[in-house]
Amino acid sequence: MLVEGLFYLFATILVASAIGLIVARNPVYSALLLVLCFFTSASIWLLIEAEFLAVVLVLVYVGAVMVLFLFVVMMLDINVEEMRRGFTRYAWVGWLTAFVVIVQIVGLVAARRLGVDVTQGMVPLPADYSNTAHLGRVLYTEYLYPFELAAILLLVAIIGAISLTMRRRRASRSKMWPGKSPPCVTSACGW
Amino acid sequence: METGFNMANIARAMPEMYLAGAICFVLLVDVFFGEKRRGLTPTLTLLVLAVGAALTLLYANLPGREFLFHGQYVSDPLAVMLKLFGFLVAAIGLLYSRDYLQRRDMNRGEYYVLVLTALLGVFVIVSANSLLTVYIGVELLALSVYAIVAFDRQSGIAAEAAMKYFVLGAMASGVLLYGMSMIYGLTGTLALDELAQMASGTPSLGVTFGLVFIVVAVAFKFGAAPFHMWLPDVYHGAPTAVTTFISTVPQIAYFALAFRLLSFGMSGVAEYWQDMLAIVAVLSLVLGNLVAIAQTNMKRMLAYSTIGNVGFILLGFVAGNLQGHEAALYYTVAYVIMALGSFGVVLLLSRTGFEADELDHFRGLHARDPLAAAVMAILMFSTAGIPPFVGFWAKFNILQALWLDGHVALIIVAAAVSIIGLFYYLRVVKLMYFDAPDGLPAAQSGQGGVRLTLALNALAVVALASCQTCCCSLWRGLSASVSHRLNGSHFPPSSFILVGSVAGWSSLAARRAHNPKVVGSNPTPATNFPGISLGRLLLLPRSSISVPRSLRAFAAVDRYDGPRYECGLRTQ
Repeated sequence: MLVEGLFYLFATILVASAIGLIVARNPVYSALLLVLCFFTSASIWLLIEAEFLAVVLVLVYVGAVMVLFLFVVMMLDINVEEMRRGFTRYAWVGWLTAFVVIVQIVGLVAARRLGVDVTQGMVPLPADYSNTAHLGRVLYTEYLYPFELAAILLLVAIIGAISLTMRRRRASRSKMWPGKSPPCVTSACGW
Repeated sequence: METGFNMANIARAMPEMYLAGAICFVLLVDVFFGEKRRGLTPTLTLLVLAVGAALTLLYANLPGREFLFHGQYVSDPLAVMLKLFGFLVAAIGLLYSRDYLQRRDMNRGEYYVLVLTALLGVFVIVSANSLLTVYIGVELLALSVYAIVAFDRQSGIAAEAAMKYFVLGAMASGVLLYGMSMIYGLTGTLALDELAQMASGTPSLGVTFGLVFIVVAVAFKFGAAPFHMWLPDVYHGAPTAVTTFISTVPQIAYFALAFRLLSFGMSGVAEYWQDMLAIVAVLSLVLGNLVAIAQTNMKRMLAYSTIGNVGFILLGFVAGNLQGHEAALYYTVAYVIMALGSFGVVLLLSRTGFEADELDHFRGLHARDPLAAAVMAILMFSTAGIPPFVGFWAKFNILQALWLDGHVALIIVAAAVSIIGLFYYLRVVKLMYFDAPDGLPAAQSGQGGVRLTLALNALAVVALASCQTCCCSLWRGLSASVSHRLNGSHFPPSSFILVGSVAGWSSLAARRAHNPKVVGSNPTPATNFPGISLGRLLLLPRSSISVPRSLRAFAAVDRYDGPRYECGLRTQ
């Protein structure tokens, strides 16, 4: 009962902040509302005992990604009107996506109604089970080798991004992108 | 609880562990001392590669096959051999490109670090025994290579090449991952050795689906025909030093990728992917060899030649027997050595502001730089598959394996396109020996070490061919892994193929020689090249980069008209 009450509380906050994120005029407010979204999602994950995911969501997304977002939003002089110009033109894509997602969610819920229980066979784990400990143990034993390699992969991404974007000579920069700062290769390429 | 490794068998992972440490070491040394002493990082990198090869020989070179790191990693003699070869090829490639990098202000420490990380990616693929490890290795290699393709920031065409490579490569990675996730979802295992047992017999629809995606991704990485679009642009657009690297070291990894993923992990459903690979191989053979004729740029021509050669390597996998895999391995090694030398010559000839990558730049090379011309001639003869050189034996082994498996149609296609391929390889030889230099720059002095290495590289092409039989028996032991799929097969009527191909070549040569128009219209007796009689036999039409009229259509298929894009954006 308590868990259900908490779920509805967090879900309401989540939906409200998600709507606020879209409608807010100030991009800084939008970014802060997205942080709120992440926090409430993390709380909901805690309710379904996915504590590792919840912690990682807060640490990585709130702690690193969103801080970076906020920096960028505050540093760059974004023309909000210009950003909104294409909004109505591409609105149908958004509606279409929303429609598909809604159909999927309804389908998932309805399947349970119709007697197809997708959660069948899932057993709740014992109370003293910690998936953080389990993940940590697996990550550093069974998956040690790929884990270390993934770390090197990140190192390569850093070296590559820096060697491609860092310019020692300033003249070439102004020639390539007159009057503007160079685009951020790192984020553009999704590294 | 089982820990997965102990100190005794962890030594088998020495190459990867050492290289990972060495990358950090080189990076740190470059950060602190690289600015002041420009030559330090290149020398250190060569030293790192030499020590790595020595450590691999000392610690990892153990018989038998063993799984490490909870089955994520496999160590066998094939892996050790490919890693040693990787160290060697990377070192020679860096030696060739050192001067080039210096002249183009690309001699920064990051280049060497990225080359080492790419090599680590190659090693990871070579020793992978899990879909996860394969994927991480592919990404490690690909990310490093994207970065070094775009390394020359003054060059718009390099940026374009890198952008194309990155976008298409990211898509291929996605395709690979999608296929892997399907296979994993349906078999419930990531380990390739378990997968070999799980996925066997008639595959379900889902497994077939995943298999198609994996084959597409492997073909993309190889640059095989319907998925070859990126390859000519990247080879042409990248700085020649980078082209030298990406046409050699990653090829080792792609062989291993196909071997570990398909021949090993998917051995249970081999006949399904072999049919797919056969189509890809034939398309690559035909397209690579025909479109190469229409090229006027050396790097681009060699790129299409790569596509053709990849077709041959894939044919080895199509044959599917032990001979086929051996032949594919032999072909990969031979091809890497030949590509290394060919691009090495292009690197040697380039000057500041002069790339030396057009076919026209090779006119009269014999008069200007006899050594470079001789090396290039040997490599071109070898790549074309002319008998005394290693390229012939590589092709011959593939055809032999196909014969054993009964693919007569594939043999005919492969032999036919080899003969077509003679045209553009020998055109280079003709340009070098029978055309006037026309005021092209003379050989520059210095670079003695590079010249010596190039000469050794060309000699290796001859030497490898002469010890072909002993190498083959050596590799037979090495690639014992596929032996479970081998059913005892007797020695083939190989003389039939030998006689057939020699007859084909000689009839073509004779037709050329007896065509009075061709010989008569060539008034350049010119050089005192000792092998001139052989050259005369294989004489080609006069106008240097002439394309037979019937083949002009292929010029329209692909002709690069200089940089059209800058930094991925259309400029005009």
